[in-house]
Amino acid sequence: MSAPVNAGAFRIKGAGRHTPARTARFSFDGKSYTALEGDTVASALLAHGVHLVGRSFKYHRPRGILTAGPEEPNALLDVSRDAARRQPNVRATVQEVFDGAKIASQNRWPSLSFDVGAVNDVLSPFFAAGFYYKTFMWPKEAWHKLYEPIIRRAAGLGEAPKEEDPDHYANRFAHCDVLIAGAGVAGLTAALSAAATGQTVMLVDEQPEVGGALHYDASTVIDGQDGYDWAQGAAARLKAMPKVTLLTRTTVFGYYNHGFVGLAERVTDHMARPDRDLPRERLWQVRAKKVVIATGAIERHMVFANNDRPGIMLASAARSFLNHHGVAVGRNVGVYTAHDSAYEAAFDLKRAGVSIAAIVDCRADPGEAVLAEARALGIDVLAGHSVTDTSGRLRIASMTVARNGGGNARKIKVDALIISAGWTPSVHLFSQSRGKLRFDQANQRFLPDIYAQNCVSVGACNGTDDMADLIDEAITAGGGTLALSGENRFEWTGGMIGAAEGAGPDTVVKAFVDFQHDVTAKDIRLAVREGMHSIEHIKRFTTNGMASDQGKLSNMHGLAIAAEVLGRPIPQVGLTTFRAPYTPVTYGTLIAHSRADLFDPTRKTPMHALEAAAGAEFEDVGNWKRAWYFPRRGEDMHAAVNRECRTVRDIGGVFDASTLGKIEVVGPDAAQFLNLLYTNAWDTLKPGKCRYGIMTREDGFIYDDGVVGRLAEDRFHVTTTTGGAPRVLHHMEDYLQTEFPHLKVWLTSTTEQWAVIAVQGPKAREIIAPLVEGVDLSNEAFPHMSLAECTVLGVPARLFRVSFTGELGFEVNVPADYGADVWKAISARAQGLGACLYGTETMHVLRAEKGYLIVGQDTDGTVTPDDAGYGWAVSKKKTDFVGIRGLKRPDLIRDGRKQLVGLKPKDPKDVLEEGAQIVADPNQPKPMTMLGHVTSSYWSENCGRSIAMALVAGGRARMGETLYVPMTDRTIAVEVTDVVFFDKEGGRING
Amino acid sequence: MLLIHCPYCEEDRSELEFRWAGEAHIARPDAISEISDEEFAEYFFLRNNEKGLTYERWRHMHGCGRFFNAARDTVSDRFLMTYKAGLPKQPIPVAEERAAAAEEKTVETWEATEGDAR
Repeated sequence: MSAPVNAGAFRIKGAGRHTPARTARFSFDGKSYTALEGDTVASALLAHGVHLVGRSFKYHRPRGILTAGPEEPNALLDVSRDAARRQPNVRATVQEVFDGAKIASQNRWPSLSFDVGAVNDVLSPFFAAGFYYKTFMWPKEAWHKLYEPIIRRAAGLGEAPKEEDPDHYANRFAHCDVLIAGAGVAGLTAALSAAATGQTVMLVDEQPEVGGALHYDASTVIDGQDGYDWAQGAAARLKAMPKVTLLTRTTVFGYYNHGFVGLAERVTDHMARPDRDLPRERLWQVRAKKVVIATGAIERHMVFANNDRPGIMLASAARSFLNHHGVAVGRNVGVYTAHDSAYEAAFDLKRAGVSIAAIVDCRADPGEAVLAEARALGIDVLAGHSVTDTSGRLRIASMTVARNGGGNARKIKVDALIISAGWTPSVHLFSQSRGKLRFDQANQRFLPDIYAQNCVSVGACNGTDDMADLIDEAITAGGGTLALSGENRFEWTGGMIGAAEGAGPDTVVKAFVDFQHDVTAKDIRLAVREGMHSIEHIKRFTTNGMASDQGKLSNMHGLAIAAEVLGRPIPQVGLTTFRAPYTPVTYGTLIAHSRADLFDPTRKTPMHALEAAAGAEFEDVGNWKRAWYFPRRGEDMHAAVNRECRTVRDIGGVFDASTLGKIEVVGPDAAQFLNLLYTNAWDTLKPGKCRYGIMTREDGFIYDDGVVGRLAEDRFHVTTTTGGAPRVLHHMEDYLQTEFPHLKVWLTSTTEQWAVIAVQGPKAREIIAPLVEGVDLSNEAFPHMSLAECTVLGVPARLFRVSFTGELGFEVNVPADYGADVWKAISARAQGLGACLYGTETMHVLRAEKGYLIVGQDTDGTVTPDDAGYGWAVSKKKTDFVGIRGLKRPDLIRDGRKQLVGLKPKDPKDVLEEGAQIVADPNQPKPMTMLGHVTSSYWSENCGRSIAMALVAGGRARMGETLYVPMTDRTIAVEVTDVVFFDKEGGRING
Repeated sequence: MLLIHCPYCEEDRSELEFRWAGEAHIARPDAISEISDEEFAEYFFLRNNEKGLTYERWRHMHGCGRFFNAARDTVSDRFLMTYKAGLPKQPIPVAEERAAAAEEKTVETWEATEGDAR
């Protein structure tokens, strides 16, 4: 025998569907409680009589639990397993209790029952709608420094965890014939019907169990059975079918184009000790041929003075807590309603032994059936009355009731008040699918009208209230046949939208429309008075419906109040657009695996590990990691780069050029194709030779450059810039497929097929000679810009005699798999001869010493080949190439265009800043006339001075001129020179 | 996410596999080096950017790699048809057109919802 469990003083023996045998311990604001397995945080707290769970957003008013579902605006809590697994703003009505859960209230200081921020409630006349817009306009400078930080600290509810999220998330794609959103009576029936036809079916529901409204509605009978029991049986049958997928704890949050549906599955949030292999949540991306929307309806609250005290909640929520969780929301409960459904809540509570203080019905004529039942149960019904106010500081203590149209008010003591203004069909997904709504005037609700996709709404979300009709509709939607009967005990009538009698019209009363954003009926009236006539403006001015609950309870009330003040019918005032997600989705779910190392692919060359072992620092170039420089012990970047630059020119250096883009251009028309894509002429290039090529776009501006080698009459090895490879191939494919489809050419990306090892410097030949077979490396037999297929260390290779340093140079291309071994051998031999490994920084300096261009650094998409000093690369003989016409445009041939020149600061130690602007007269008034800007600038150890390249208006005509680079603290005088700073005669390259 | 029919693969594939490639049916002039500045501007710079039915090029980038033409309604974001590169501008099948017109009325455009609020 175990000791009796204290699962709460408000548990009703015999009520609810949880077993007392399975319990879970949790804490709320440090106090420990026992729950039953299956409880939500809300039901567990209510079982212990805890109604006060939070403070409101703006006025810090005490707030309780308003609903029993995902629409909850008030009961937002902080739920944690450990320091890192902490989630703010969790809806207490959705989160299931798990053993060991630590739960805390939010937006209060120092404590929930005494909150300093509540002074805002007293000051509330100053915090009317639009307060922030009006008040913090002046002075402008104060906004960032003063107002915004203070407002940010005061506002907001939860606090984001500081630690990185230790959980992992999953992502899955799925396809199905029919996806059904919602597993209430309508959804389950549609699923059974669809499954009977042999279609693949996905049935999705956000709650832990199927049943939907049957969670609270205990009087519905289906197939002669209790509705909830029937639902569980139906779910079991569906689960057993191979073509049916049933997902619970899964929200259909978005309905996009072409039947594309987003689901968020909560996998472990309800588990006490989840298996670490399980993802916390899983994103499903489903492509459904047809979607059945069976999302039901959401009950609305009544809008009256002080309708937000803890203990006031929706009637259906009270019914859920009683019938599903076995919890009474009070001992002496009042009812305030405009709809018959609240009567059923009163009946259930009464039968469970709870006293019903009175049913206050603002209608003169409630439904006859419920009225008769109320009489039979001895419940006092005050028809044609309204609740005009409530009292109680941290929990409702009484309601003030008065006959409509005036009359004596009297206070009735209650410890809970359940309310209902009727039901709002959940048309969110229908609207997201771009369907068009119509306004059902008789029942004051928006319903699906014109469909934009292959979907169908069934049940309460379609305005179908009668159970037999609903079942028929769902069977038809599923496409099959099914014999099923169902019956509601009562036919519900009534409903209202907008403010009830107790909500004003005076401007002091707080009758809440939007609980989460503290928007009251008077705020909406004020917005209209201040000139907001569109519902979109009213929404933004008051923030009604803009909280994380997205106005599930408040939108219709807000709309009705606005329409009343505007004196326009509701359809003319309009409804704001529903957008995904239906309920908040965590970032973790959306990004799934795309974080940390998997956030973006990293490309590494075959030699990466060897370079890292040699001490390389790496830099990011696109997705590539490139060796930047190779510091030795005690060297900073500057010292390492200076040493590398000297060593390459004095002896030699080895450089990893594998990231260079490579495209194999093959076919009988390959030369002709390249003639069209590059400015140069290619038919004159002989096999075994290579040439530097420039590619322009049609507008004549430089697009890319690189060395192109001809291996055979019909085969070219094209290289591109590291970052340009994908777009160059795309550009080539575009022309080949659409403008020059008659050419017989094939393009293949070979960037990652080849490892490329550049060996540069006076000893370059000596370094590679013993390793190369099949080619005579002498200057006569294999001069600069030669190309040969040979073997290196027995590995088939393409050997280029090219140079990006101005030194004697080779680039060894070997299949990527051999890259590391060949690199090892070449670098060992190089280092034996006194040469070094060098990285991209040294490569940049050495090429700048020679005035070699880097596309994208020295050009910016407005630079022609001639501007860059490469006019010689543009063929004068060709009759066509991409860019030929663009280059003749008047602006491209005018005098005074910006041209690439060299700059030498007068003080050789002064290294210019890249991007710095250049002027002719530093003393001219501002704004100065800019002549251009610095594109590349380095300290050149080999020149013993700083060097720079710049785009300068009319630059080549300014050789020898002194120009100025104004900086914030000084002005630097520079001399305009040509771009070649080192070895002007260019003899070294032929060494 | 849209489904796009690749006329080469003859399959509906996810938008993720495709890349937009500008307005369709703009042919590169044969003797391009001879054309006037105005003709070059018309060919290279000027685009209609029409609201509603547009003809545009797409590439099945992460599939067959082919460029093709598509007729798309920019209001409803619906693909009305796709066809191979090199084919002349195709007429939109009438039923599709009607469906597109009907859809245009039902779709909430920015103008219809928020434009009114300006």
